[in-house]
Amino acid sequence: MSDDIFQGYKGEALETLKKFNTRVWGQARMETTRGTFVGTILPRAENDDDKHIVLKIPTGYNIGIDIRTITSITETGYKKAVYKIPEKQFPVTPGLPKVKLLGTGGTIASRLDYRTGAVIPAFTPGELYGAVPELADICNLETEKIFAVFSENMGPRQYVALAQAIGKEIEKGVDGIVIGHGTDTLHHTGAVLTFMCQNLPIPIILVGSQRSSDRPSSDAALNLMHAMHAAGHGDIAEVMVCMFGPTSDEYGLLHKGTRVRKMHSSYRSTFRTIGDVPVARVSRKEIIPIHKKYNKRRNDRNVNIYPYFSDEVTMLYYYPGIKPDTLDSMINAGYRGIIIVGTGLGHVNKELYPALERAKAKGVHVFMTVQTIWGYVHMFVYDTGRDMMAKGVIPAGNMLPEVAWVKLSWILGQTDDPQKVRQMMFTPVNDEITLREPYNGYLVYQGGVPEVEDFIRRVHK
Amino acid sequence: MKKGTFDPKENYFQSRSAIGYVTRREATQADYDRIGFKSGLEVHQQLLTKYKLFCRCPAGVYNHDHEYDAELIRHMRPTLSELGEYDGTALMEFKTRKEIVYRIKNETACTYDVDDTPPFKIDSEALGIAIEISLLSRLNIVGEVHITRKQYLDGSIPTGFQRTAIIGVEGEIPLKHKKIRLIQLSLEEDACREMWDVGHQRGFKTDRLGMPLIETVTYPDCFNPDEVREACDYIRFLNRSTGKVRTGMGAGREDVNVSCRGGSRVEIKGVAHTKWIPELTHNECFRQWALLHVREMIRQRVKNPAEWKIASRVIAYNTFNFRYKPIRLAANGKNRIIAINLPGFKGVLSFFTQPGKMFADEISDRLKVIACIEKPHMCHSEEFTANISLKDWDSIRRLLKSKENDAQLVIWGPEADMPTALETVEERCRMAFEGIPNETRKSFGNGTTIFERVLPGADRMYPDTDSAPIPLEDESIEEIRKNLPSQVIDRYHQLKKWNVPEDTYHYIFSRNLYPHIERIIRELKVDPRLTGTFFGHHLKFVEGHYKKSAEFTYDKLFDLLRYIRDQHLDVRIAGDMLPVIFEHPKMDLDSVLTSIKFKKVSREEILAKVDFLIEKFRKVGRSQLPDIAIRWIMGELRGLATGNIPLRELKDEIGRKMGIAD
Repeated sequence: MSDDIFQGYKGEALETLKKFNTRVWGQARMETTRGTFVGTILPRAENDDDKHIVLKIPTGYNIGIDIRTITSITETGYKKAVYKIPEKQFPVTPGLPKVKLLGTGGTIASRLDYRTGAVIPAFTPGELYGAVPELADICNLETEKIFAVFSENMGPRQYVALAQAIGKEIEKGVDGIVIGHGTDTLHHTGAVLTFMCQNLPIPIILVGSQRSSDRPSSDAALNLMHAMHAAGHGDIAEVMVCMFGPTSDEYGLLHKGTRVRKMHSSYRSTFRTIGDVPVARVSRKEIIPIHKKYNKRRNDRNVNIYPYFSDEVTMLYYYPGIKPDTLDSMINAGYRGIIIVGTGLGHVNKELYPALERAKAKGVHVFMTVQTIWGYVHMFVYDTGRDMMAKGVIPAGNMLPEVAWVKLSWILGQTDDPQKVRQMMFTPVNDEITLREPYNGYLVYQGGVPEVEDFIRRVHK
Repeated sequence: MKKGTFDPKENYFQSRSAIGYVTRREATQADYDRIGFKSGLEVHQQLLTKYKLFCRCPAGVYNHDHEYDAELIRHMRPTLSELGEYDGTALMEFKTRKEIVYRIKNETACTYDVDDTPPFKIDSEALGIAIEISLLSRLNIVGEVHITRKQYLDGSIPTGFQRTAIIGVEGEIPLKHKKIRLIQLSLEEDACREMWDVGHQRGFKTDRLGMPLIETVTYPDCFNPDEVREACDYIRFLNRSTGKVRTGMGAGREDVNVSCRGGSRVEIKGVAHTKWIPELTHNECFRQWALLHVREMIRQRVKNPAEWKIASRVIAYNTFNFRYKPIRLAANGKNRIIAINLPGFKGVLSFFTQPGKMFADEISDRLKVIACIEKPHMCHSEEFTANISLKDWDSIRRLLKSKENDAQLVIWGPEADMPTALETVEERCRMAFEGIPNETRKSFGNGTTIFERVLPGADRMYPDTDSAPIPLEDESIEEIRKNLPSQVIDRYHQLKKWNVPEDTYHYIFSRNLYPHIERIIRELKVDPRLTGTFFGHHLKFVEGHYKKSAEFTYDKLFDLLRYIRDQHLDVRIAGDMLPVIFEHPKMDLDSVLTSIKFKKVSREEILAKVDFLIEKFRKVGRSQLPDIAIRWIMGELRGLATGNIPLRELKDEIGRKMGIAD
C-alpha cells in the first residue's frame, strides 16, 4: 500500500514528496523560490510529468508546484477526499415498465479518475437515481455491469457476451433493455446486436453521451431519459441507437443499428441515419414514429440469439496509387474476409487486380463498399467495376462500410461456404441494405447558402 | 404593538433608527467600526488579445441582440465537485429549471463556444499578459497552470462551467495609506451576455463568451467604503498600466464582497462603475446589520425555530374584494392565488433593510429568481400603501387562523411554480433565524441591491479533464519580468514629486497616460507640471467636448510637443492645437497652426505694442487700477502672444513698462 500514499507520482516528484515526508491528501505548506504555497496535495495523473506536485489551494483551485523551486514542505494536516456519487434507493413504482440497463463502460454519471485524469462512470441504480432522479418517473430500473471497457476497446468477446446477456434478460421478462456504451463504436455495436439478436419482442436501445456527465451541460441525462422511455414505453422492438437529434436539448432520434453512423468527432447530434430517415423521434413524453413500418413489440419471450463473430475480417480503405502489397499482406496474414472501401461507385486501381486474384484463389471473401458513405455500389457502370467482379469482388449495395465489416464478421463466425456467405450478406436482417433510397435520405446542407442560413436561424440544428 | 395601531411606515423608520443607520454622507469611520465593515474585491479585466482564450474566434467583436445566425437550447444539471459534493447554488439553479437559449453569430462563435468541441490550446498571448499582471501584483507565480472548471448553472456559459486557471497566489497592492493583500489572480474565459430572463427562459448572446479575462481577488482588508473604491481603482490602473487590457464599457467589472460584524460574506456582482462602490458597500453592510437585528427580534418571539413553519391556503379570487390589477389579471385557470401566514413575523416584513427597501423585498426578490414568477407577484400585510383592503386582510387572517404577532402574504403565479414558491418563502423566512444568507446580489446605480443567486462555494470546482497542465518555466517568467512597466504607486509618487496636481491622477491612470507624460518630460525636457496638466486638464477637456478621430493616438501628443520645441514656440500653444489634432490627427502640424490662425511674431514685435496699449487704456479704461490695466492689455495680446512668448513673461513685461515692480 506504500504506493497509495503517493498516488500517480513518479520519478523526481515522488522523490521530493518522500524527501519532505509528505503524501497525497496531506495539507502542506511549501516554501519555494517563487514564494509560499499552501494547500492539499492531490494525486497526479500518471501521464503527466514528474516535475510538478499538484496542490488544491483553499479557494478550491488546483495549481502545480515546480519541484525544482521547492525549498521545504511541511505537512500541517491530512484529509482524504472520499468521492462518491450520492446513492439513493431507486424507487419501485407499480405500473411502470421494467427496464434493464446493461453497462459496458459508457459515461452516464461519472466521477474523476486520478489515474488517467479522465472520468470513470457511476452505474448502480442508486447512483443513477442520485444523478438523474427523473428516471424513477419513467421506469423501474435494474442495472448490470457486464464489463467496463472504453468504446474503442469493444471487440468480438464483448459482442458475444452482450448478445447472450440480452437473450437472458428477454427470457427473464424485462420490458426493454438499455445499453450504456461509449459513443465511438456505438454504431458498430448497433449493427452487431441487430445481427446477433433477431426476432426481438422488446426494444434494445443503445445510448451514450458526447459530453461526459461530469459537466452540467452533458447530454447524458437527457439521452438516458429518452432511451429509458423508448425501451420501457416504446412499441418499436428493434436494436436502435438513441442520441440527440439537434445539438439543442430538445429531442432524441432512434436510429436503426444498421444504418446509423457517428458523423462528427464531438457534436452532440453526431449520430445520423445514412441513406434513410430515422425510425422515430423521442422526447421525455412521447415517441413519434417516422418509419411507417417497424418491428412491433410482442408479449412473447421468443428471441433468436446468434452469438457468432469471427475476428478474421479486415477493411481496406482505398487511396490513389495504393500498392497491391497492402492487400497481399492482409491475405498473407490469413484474413478470410476483406471489406474494401472504394472510391465513387466502388472502385480501386488496376494495380490491385493481381492481388484481388490472389485473394480469390485463396478463398478470401471480398466485398466492396463506398467511401462516399451515402449511395450504392454500382459496379456495372464502368468496365473497371465489371473487371473487379470477375476477380471475385462482390458489391455490398448501400451497406455502410462498418456495417459490412460487422456483418461479414458475423457470417464468417458461422460459415465459410462462399454461396452461403454471399446469400447471407444479401439477405438484410434489418435494412442494412435497402431496396430504395428515399430522396431525404441524403441531407448534408451547405452553410452560407441563403435558404440554408434562413433555415438554421429558425430551426435548431 | 396593539391591534389596529400598527403602522408599517412608522415601524420602518423606527427600525431604521434602531439599527443606527446613517447615510454615507453622515457616516464616519466610527460608524463603520461600530458595525464592523469589512470588504474585499474581485476585479475582472478583459485582456487585449486577438483571439478568445480556448478557441480561435476573434475577441472583442460584438453584435446586437437581433443579429444572430442560429439559436440553440440547453439545460443545466448540477454535477459533483472534485471532492464529491453538490454545490448549494447548483441545486438552487436546478430547482429553477430554466431553459437557456443561446443566440450565436458565426463570425464570433464556433462549435467550441457552444460546447460541441473540446477546448483548443490556451491562448499564449493571454497567458503572457496574465503573468505580467501577476508579477506587477507581486503574486507568487504557480509552477504549473491547471485548468479548472468552475460551475455556473445560470446558463451564462453553455458548458455549464467556466474554464479558469490560477496564475499566481498571495500578493499585495499598496494604497496611499495601507497595503491590501491579494488572494489570487486567475485567467478565465468571459461569459455570455444576457439578453432576457423571463419566467422559465433566459436568453444569452455568445459574442463576449470565451474572451480572455483575469480576475484579481483581494483579502477583505478594506474597512470603509472609500478604501474599497481606492483598492479597486488601484487594481484597474495596474491592469491598464500594461497597455494590454481592454477598456470601455464592460471591459472591467468588479464583484465586491461585504460583511458586517457577525454577518456573512455577501457578494455584490457586476458593479459597472467604481464610483458606485462606496454607496453599495455602505448599504450592504447596513442591510446585514439590519438582518442581525431581525434575527434577535424573531428569536425572542419564536421559542423553537426548528418547528417554525408557514401556513398557506389557496384562495378564490371571487371570495374577496380584490381591486389590485395584478391579482385580477392572475385570476384565471392557469394561476393560483395563495395566502400565507408567517407566525411571529409582524413588524419583520416592514423592517428596514436598505434605503427604500424592507424585509418583504427579500422574499419577493427570491420568488422572482428561484420560483421564476415575474413581479408583481406578492402583496403583504405591511405595505405602505395597502393593495389589499384592510377588510380583505382581516378575512385572510381569519382564514389562516393568524395570531396577533403574525404577518401575512398573498402570492400569485403559475400553478406549476407554486410549490417552489411556497418552499422559497419558507426557506427565506427560516434563514432569518440564522441571520444573513450567503448570496450574490445584483447592484443598481442608486446603491441598492437585489438577490441574484445563492453564493457558490469551493465545491463547484472540477479539474478540466479536456486539457493538460501547462508548466511555467523560470526563464519565460524572467523574460516577462524584464519588460514590466513601473508600479502605479511609484508613478503616483513621481507625479507628486513633479508637482502635478492630484486632480489629474485618476484621468492619467485610467487612460494609462503616464508613460506618455514620462517620455515627454524625459526626452523633450518639457516642464513636468505643465506636461501633467496638459494631459490631465486639457486633454481631458478635449476628450469630453470634441469628437475623437479613430486615427487619434496618444503618441500624437509627443509629436506635438516635439514640434513645439523644434519650432521654438511657447508650450502653451499646445492647448490650442490639441482640439484640431484630436479631430484631424493626420493634418500636418504647420497646417494646424494655420487653422488656429497662429502667426509667428517675434518677442520684440509683441512688446512693441505694449506701450501703445498702455496709452490706449489710459483713454478708454473706466478704472485706472494697474491690475485691471494689465488684464485688459493681456486680453488684447493673448491671441498674438500664445505660442510666441510665455504669457507669464508678457505679464511681467507689461507690469515693468507700467512701472510696477514685481
